[in-house]
Amino acid sequence: MTEQNGKTRVKVEDLQKLFPISKGLFRKSTDFVHAVDGVSFEIKAGESLGLVGESGCGKTTTGRILVKLDEASGGEILIRDDATNEMTHVDDVRSKEDRKEFRRNVQMIFQDPYESMNPRRTVFDIVAEPLFVQGVGTTEEREKRVIDLLRLVGLTPPEPFLFRYPHELSGGQRQRIAIARALVLEPSFVVADEPTSMLDVSIRISIMRLMLELAEKLGVTYLYITHDLAVARYMCDRIAVMYLGKIVEMGPTEDVLDSPMHPYTRALLSAVPVPDPSYQRPKVEIEGGIARAINPAPECRFLARCPFAIDQCRTDPHPDLYDRGTDHLVACHLVASDGSWTGRERAVLELHS
Amino acid sequence: MTDTRTTAAEPDRGFVDGHREVPILQVKNLVMNYEVKEGMVSAVEDVSFALPKGSSLGLVGESGCGKTSVALTLMQLTANNAKILGGEVILDGVSLLELDKEQMRQRRWTDVSMVFQGAMNSWNPVYTVGQQIREAMDLHWDPTPSAKEVRAKTEELFNLVGIDPEMIDRYPHEFSGGMKQRAIIAMALSCDPKLIIADEPTTALDVIVQEQILVELKKVQQELGMSIIYISHDIAVIAEITDLMGVMYAGKLVELGPTGDIFARPRHPYTWLILSSTPSITGPRRQLAPLEGEPPNLLDPPTGCRFHPRCPFATEVCAKDEPPLTEIEPGHSIACWNHEQVPVTFVKGEG
Repeated sequence: MTEQNGKTRVKVEDLQKLFPISKGLFRKSTDFVHAVDGVSFEIKAGESLGLVGESGCGKTTTGRILVKLDEASGGEILIRDDATNEMTHVDDVRSKEDRKEFRRNVQMIFQDPYESMNPRRTVFDIVAEPLFVQGVGTTEEREKRVIDLLRLVGLTPPEPFLFRYPHELSGGQRQRIAIARALVLEPSFVVADEPTSMLDVSIRISIMRLMLELAEKLGVTYLYITHDLAVARYMCDRIAVMYLGKIVEMGPTEDVLDSPMHPYTRALLSAVPVPDPSYQRPKVEIEGGIARAINPAPECRFLARCPFAIDQCRTDPHPDLYDRGTDHLVACHLVASDGSWTGRERAVLELHS
Repeated sequence: MTDTRTTAAEPDRGFVDGHREVPILQVKNLVMNYEVKEGMVSAVEDVSFALPKGSSLGLVGESGCGKTSVALTLMQLTANNAKILGGEVILDGVSLLELDKEQMRQRRWTDVSMVFQGAMNSWNPVYTVGQQIREAMDLHWDPTPSAKEVRAKTEELFNLVGIDPEMIDRYPHEFSGGMKQRAIIAMALSCDPKLIIADEPTTALDVIVQEQILVELKKVQQELGMSIIYISHDIAVIAEITDLMGVMYAGKLVELGPTGDIFARPRHPYTWLILSSTPSITGPRRQLAPLEGEPPNLLDPPTGCRFHPRCPFATEVCAKDEPPLTEIEPGHSIACWNHEQVPVTFVKGEG
């Protein structure tokens, strides 16, 4: 699969998801939550893209749409299938056969290892189920495959685990099972939705390492959804920061974390607790909490919390991701108008002092 | 182990002036087990610490290490199957474990109050937030306050925790998650307790809201000279807001000392490994060391040091004898036989 590296694995174009707000049984909804609103990105084969943001920003919805657990309201998703080496239009995946083929290629790891498994089924049943559904191999081959995978995810020796039930396993072991289940069909693209946020620190690192190792070994491409920027720093090649259904900043991990340009990214970064008591934290510049984007007005989504807003932010619609000729994109009028954000920031700070 | 060796009072670290000498809370050799069908779960084993007045102590550890059990024992809010087998809890001169139920009920809120994990979901939806805070004051203020006093106090508290006092007459559903949690903190302060125990008060919240609440809590501690016990699994949060910290493993306190000292140089192998495996957004991206294995089953804890099966520095003595919590420098104690083996630096490497 490595020869695929560098090619586009996933391409998302102007993705939109609207959730209607129920007005009652017989009344037509006129209000919509714009959970995902015009999101576009590409992920190269073998790369991992981190989707970060606060709860309610639309990151999980984006992930669920990518694996077809939710239907998009608009936009296009193309995912390359290794078998055919073609970009498949996710909307075209309709028939039962197509869906089966799609699931073989695209898988998801869920946040909560306590709730994403059937408590009445054994580890073997859980990991082998995708093989049954896809009709892969004979019983012996499946058994061998499951054992191989348990070994791969670090549950060694694998045999004693085969006929245990989820409740007999610890959180870390369960998440390993969930990873084994997601990888048993050798998918080329995996959406991982906060796979370590329910785990203790000590276990978190081993799961993070396991996922990185497997990405290397199997050439898996990840969309890694997380609220934790420190985790994203270790897991992702690139980061996309979401705010109220929009990507506000996207770029290589180190660039985004070292020189964040969007005011929201800066606030998010300055709020992350740092495991160092001597660390002098920059003041968090923004106030208030995240709202819901119900029929949003044509203005910058971040306007209400932005300390640096200019007139243009009120009058113009939400800015597009501004391409400065590098991989580091940002959706902010200030950056677009000024070329650099820092110049404007300094001006604002002087104004206030 | 003697009490003098385990006293955490370390006088020079950001304490409120004039309150240094008197520990507001002393916990001595506390032992608590849960009785279950299979036997006794050793949840809190021989835990001792002291909290100087006006300072904050963080308790960290993995889930199931006993940090919440310690808090519940202090509050005497443990489940029915919990058995307090020994030890002393002295809050401002009063031995809490000797009080009967009614006496303890009177002490809660006025002497010690607790902010629970996910407490923001415990508001009753059919009463206004103001009414619910008033209930605590009506029950615990002596004499019972007038409506005017209650109003004044609530407004003062709302201002302190950063909520518009106009929200007092609103219902919980009109509050955001962060505001509900701030209101819980206001409620915990309503009877001017001597000690607040905050159990993962920001765990369910987003980072920006978490940061705001941590700032409020720190303000409360500094402005009111409040003593706080802060429980969290997130070592970065502990780094940010506590003066002292205690690291718990499998029901035991394994390291106790000034937060700055422990972060600068962890002496216990477990603390060292936990700090080595905490990702950070600052500093070089070093290789994170995973901590192998699983926490032990507390129905049958390992002999000797409870950490020895997972410890990279374990020797024969660790499996045989339990290391006592010993002071290795003023105010900094650890329970480890081989602490000299623990490297000065973290596990490093290019990430």
